Amino acid sequence: MTQSAQQPLSSTLGIVTPQTARFSKPLKLESGDVLDSYELVYETYGELNAARSNGILLCHALTGDHHAAGLHSDDPKTAGWWDQIVGPGKPIDTNKFFVVSPNNLGGCSGSAGPTSINPQTGKVYGPDFPFVTVNDFVESQRRLADTLEISQWAAVIGGSLGGMQVLEWSITHPERLRHAIVIAAAAKLSAQNIAFNEVARQAIRTDPDYCDGRYFEQDKVPHRGLRVARMVGHITYLSDDKMASKFGRNLRDKTQLDYRFDTEFEVESYLRYQGDQFINRFDANTYLLMTKALDYFDPAAKTNDDLNQALAVAKAKFLVISFSSDWRFPVERSREIVRALQNNSLDVSYAEIESPHGHDSFLLDVPDYVRVLSAYIDRVASEAETISP
Amino acid sequence: MKSNTNTSNPYGRSDLHTIARWIPDGSRVLDLGCGNGDFLKTLKQEKQVTGYGIELDAEKIANCVASGVNVIQTNLDQGLADFDSNSFDFVVLSLTLQAVHRPRLLLQEMLRVGQHGIVTFPNFAHWRNRLQIALGGQMPVSKQLPHKWYNTPNIHLCTIKDFKVLCEELGIKVDTFAALNSNDADSAPISILPNLLGEIALTKFSRKT
Repeated sequence: MTQSAQQPLSSTLGIVTPQTARFSKPLKLESGDVLDSYELVYETYGELNAARSNGILLCHALTGDHHAAGLHSDDPKTAGWWDQIVGPGKPIDTNKFFVVSPNNLGGCSGSAGPTSINPQTGKVYGPDFPFVTVNDFVESQRRLADTLEISQWAAVIGGSLGGMQVLEWSITHPERLRHAIVIAAAAKLSAQNIAFNEVARQAIRTDPDYCDGRYFEQDKVPHRGLRVARMVGHITYLSDDKMASKFGRNLRDKTQLDYRFDTEFEVESYLRYQGDQFINRFDANTYLLMTKALDYFDPAAKTNDDLNQALAVAKAKFLVISFSSDWRFPVERSREIVRALQNNSLDVSYAEIESPHGHDSFLLDVPDYVRVLSAYIDRVASEAETISP
Repeated sequence: MKSNTNTSNPYGRSDLHTIARWIPDGSRVLDLGCGNGDFLKTLKQEKQVTGYGIELDAEKIANCVASGVNVIQTNLDQGLADFDSNSFDFVVLSLTLQAVHRPRLLLQEMLRVGQHGIVTFPNFAHWRNRLQIALGGQMPVSKQLPHKWYNTPNIHLCTIKDFKVLCEELGIKVDTFAALNSNDADSAPISILPNLLGEIALTKFSRKT
């Protein structure tokens, strides 16, 4: 890759600055635990209109964060994770929308989570941070919406774990969003999904440096476990075909096998690189919590496993998008959601995008995907303009 | 009744205008092969119908979305498994029956999912087609069937008579039937010798009870 290709020159949003909201009213979590107070870090892009009708909430995926678009002044080379979609003149046009992008509760990028200070002890939470669920994420985001005085989002948008949050919003706060855009998501994880998550968790928890989660106190970090967890994850984010075309059986910097455990194949090098990048930016306890939040998500569990009934309360209009080569959250999972929405006579459009990039497609510039997303969001924008204060 | 007594046709095509008359206001409609969603959009405006379009082509899906038409990306050749029984008042299949792999199955699926089915198809027994075969000795090429035999998507062409025979076989009751000599906006229905003079066949049907 050339130097210029690494520069996110496409970012037209410029420098963005995260903000922090503090909540001192206790938050009762789904697990029964209570967070007496907490912080959420978030970014906003664009301006809230006079009618306060053009707010868009972005919900991030497993290892994402609040930095969805633009650049940070201390790291002007790395654009946010959805910079190609969010910005002036982009599909989520910040000239038209006021975009709010929080870091999930329990995260490690500034919101209250295992790496933040427990106000009761004055020490880092570490493994003592309570279990959080998708419902808890949404509840904390609802309070953020209250703080920002946004009574109804023009749209709530998210992919993967973010898509689950969108679904949860539509069920728990049906009046507070007009449109729900659910991308590469599922109404619940399959046994196989949970199994992959458990492998990742075991990798972390059996790392000797994990120290029962109190690794910071012992000045250690379970790098090896976190690295393996990320490698497993990455395998599931790509498709078999994509791996074949990207790496095949190509050897890394050599022309013949050496019969050693060093990196021999390109794909090994790729996974190791991804793992190494990850350990520098993500926290092991947070990874454990976030994968559990994925596993626990199952809104239909409260309605006798009937997703129709779970979504019966929803009022939003939906756009559901899936990707042909996504085997982590296959198209069938999205179809289940669409079917339940249809059965409730809700407005829904569904696009099943042909893409070779697997689950990761939702973060990429796949033309059919961007086209349908843009077409939908353009309508959301025109509608937001017609709402009077 | 002559359609030229109507002052305007918001649907553009006479076949769509005709079948729209068969759909009562406020019906729940599934439009199979909805293209850019124009028909559903007009039905929504004119008759306050609700429902969904089904389309396979990614560009047309985006066009539906841009028009505010609910569209579900589905391959009709895989049936309507994602739709529950009796979930629509009308299931419409407009000039698409001849291009599906299993038309017989799709007709049955239409009546599983919907109370009524509406199908329009090019009548292969139209006199111009007959002439092209009988005198020219070649597969017909016409406005309705513009492709050559080797590149046509129309793999299951039938005549009005053939369609009625299949309905009988499947226990399908034909409620209403019409034939048009073209789908131009002002085309009038044909009442005599429809299987000879009708270029487009239109039918509304339901389950025999």
